[in-house]
Amino acid sequence: MITTPNKLVNVKRTKDSPVKSSLFKQSIRKLSKNKLAVSGFVVVIFMFVACFIGPLFSPYTDNKINMAMMNKAPHLKHWLGTDALGRDVLTRVLQAGRISLTVGLASMMLSVFIGSLLGALAGYYRGIVDQIIMRIADLLLTIPSLPLLFIFGALLSEWKIPTDYRMYIVMLMLSFVGWPGLARMVRGQMLSLREREFMQAAVVLGLRDRRKLFNHLLPNIVPLLIVIATLNIGGSILSESVLSFFGLGVMPPTPTWGNMIDAANNMIDFQERPWLWIPPGFSIFATVIAINIFGDGLRDVLDPKQKR
Amino acid sequence: MSEPLLEVSHLKKYFPITKGLLNRTVGHVKAVDDISITLQPGETFGLVGESGSGKSTVGRTILRLTDKTAGEIKFKGLDIHSLSPSELRAIRPKMQLIFQDPYSSLNPRVRVGDAIGEALLDHGFASKGEVRDRVLDALVSCGLSSYHIDRFPHEFSGGQRQRIGIARALVLNPELIIADEPVSALDVSIQAQIINLFSKLQETRGLAYLFISHDLSVVEHLCSRIGVMYLGSMVETASRDELFRNPLHPYTKALLSAVPVPIPKFKRDRIVLKGDIPSPANPPSGCKFHTRCPYAVDICKEQIPEFREVGSQHYVACHLV
Repeated sequence: MITTPNKLVNVKRTKDSPVKSSLFKQSIRKLSKNKLAVSGFVVVIFMFVACFIGPLFSPYTDNKINMAMMNKAPHLKHWLGTDALGRDVLTRVLQAGRISLTVGLASMMLSVFIGSLLGALAGYYRGIVDQIIMRIADLLLTIPSLPLLFIFGALLSEWKIPTDYRMYIVMLMLSFVGWPGLARMVRGQMLSLREREFMQAAVVLGLRDRRKLFNHLLPNIVPLLIVIATLNIGGSILSESVLSFFGLGVMPPTPTWGNMIDAANNMIDFQERPWLWIPPGFSIFATVIAINIFGDGLRDVLDPKQKR
Repeated sequence: MSEPLLEVSHLKKYFPITKGLLNRTVGHVKAVDDISITLQPGETFGLVGESGSGKSTVGRTILRLTDKTAGEIKFKGLDIHSLSPSELRAIRPKMQLIFQDPYSSLNPRVRVGDAIGEALLDHGFASKGEVRDRVLDALVSCGLSSYHIDRFPHEFSGGQRQRIGIARALVLNPELIIADEPVSALDVSIQAQIINLFSKLQETRGLAYLFISHDLSVVEHLCSRIGVMYLGSMVETASRDELFRNPLHPYTKALLSAVPVPIPKFKRDRIVLKGDIPSPANPPSGCKFHTRCPYAVDICKEQIPEFREVGSQHYVACHLV
């Protein structure tokens, strides 16, 4: 920021900025200047609002099979047409969004929680704790995550898990493959932070471990965590879609964007009825792109190493 | 004389040099090699020497930020390196450190008021209600304003940050402050302010300083006794006046002759040392200084000179004195 000796500017600044400045507010202000990130944020919010509130206004939420309205192209009564069972595609896309977004958010939260906790423990205590946690993480990282998820998905089908529960198990699966990368990053941060001079100052002051960890170390990795978490939602939504597309994730009749694109597996649907697979495909595309753009904007603001 | 506040005797700190896959120890960097310091309450001891002479390591080892290799450190009669973690925590507030770099020694995400006050809370010296008043006192006595309390470190200049660092140490009412080159990262005008702050605080609170510096003019201004270090060893210790009037060790003479004098046409005999400071991993035999000493004779290469008293409270390690 350029500080000008202009008195008018200074007067104004002291007037509208409270004495108690906050890093959070400063970040928000900086973020709001990044138009791309703001538009990404708007799209994400729009998706959430549409998916969670939209179906309330739809007359077709009961998912009733309507033989008379099978595979109809978009028209006035069904804005995005109907599927092979006569269900309204728009309603189903919105309902699917609920599931996909929830799975994405929940598995992100879980993997961020596990990953940052284990990573922080490994980085702070080092030694044997570090060895155990990081070797497990390494082991998980050596297995490509997609085949691993496929195996889990196939096992779920084999064990005949009720479809209602599958959604929750898919969340667990996604966070299970998601935490090691995160733990690694958090551990690295902890290792570098604990050698910083202000941590030596904390030692000389005789602060308790708890205060060092929660008041000094964690606030320094929170920005990084927010960025990773945001970018992770997109990844989780994608992974869930991939799984469901292959019929190994959330199963019909529960709609998700992934299993709706499954329609594209059928040559006739793919060629003749694009309204079946374009809306869910576009939803995934728009959501993931928007989340990534927003996440990048967040990174610019919060991650000091990337600052200009 | 009363009981010394700090007594460092024959302190050694060697850092192992490891090599290869199995981390074999192939040698040691003798960062601190047989250093003894005695500091009375309210006194200022200046530790000078060029970069790499082990000054900072002495300070860090006294505070147990690194472990010692040998020797003994007694603070108020307590052996710092044999205390249990809880005993150490209890004594920590009495000995504080002021860092060289005011930028990295403050956590960028902790407000100034919290940074200064948190140790008070953690040690139970003040209740939550009292902390703010104590922090304000410390801020004001270090020349900062009360409205600074809720700001973040990045909103301050280097000199102000150093004052914050001093306030953070001071709020605990320490008896000893180890100042590790506290002014070398600051502008000269700010240096003067900070040094004056140091002497003012000493007058009002009776603090003892271990002042680590490579700037002899700063040390002359502030310290009552001065120790000169070279390559991990003390080469000369004397009172300030004695050291500046009558330096005995050739290294001290060379250092003093390098201090700039504010008289443009002043000519004097500079003793210019040749070469660099030798590697502390492989120090020269005998007197460590013999490789660069203009007066070195044969005995210097063979025998380590004894650190002996040559005048009242004037110690020197040189064969030729």
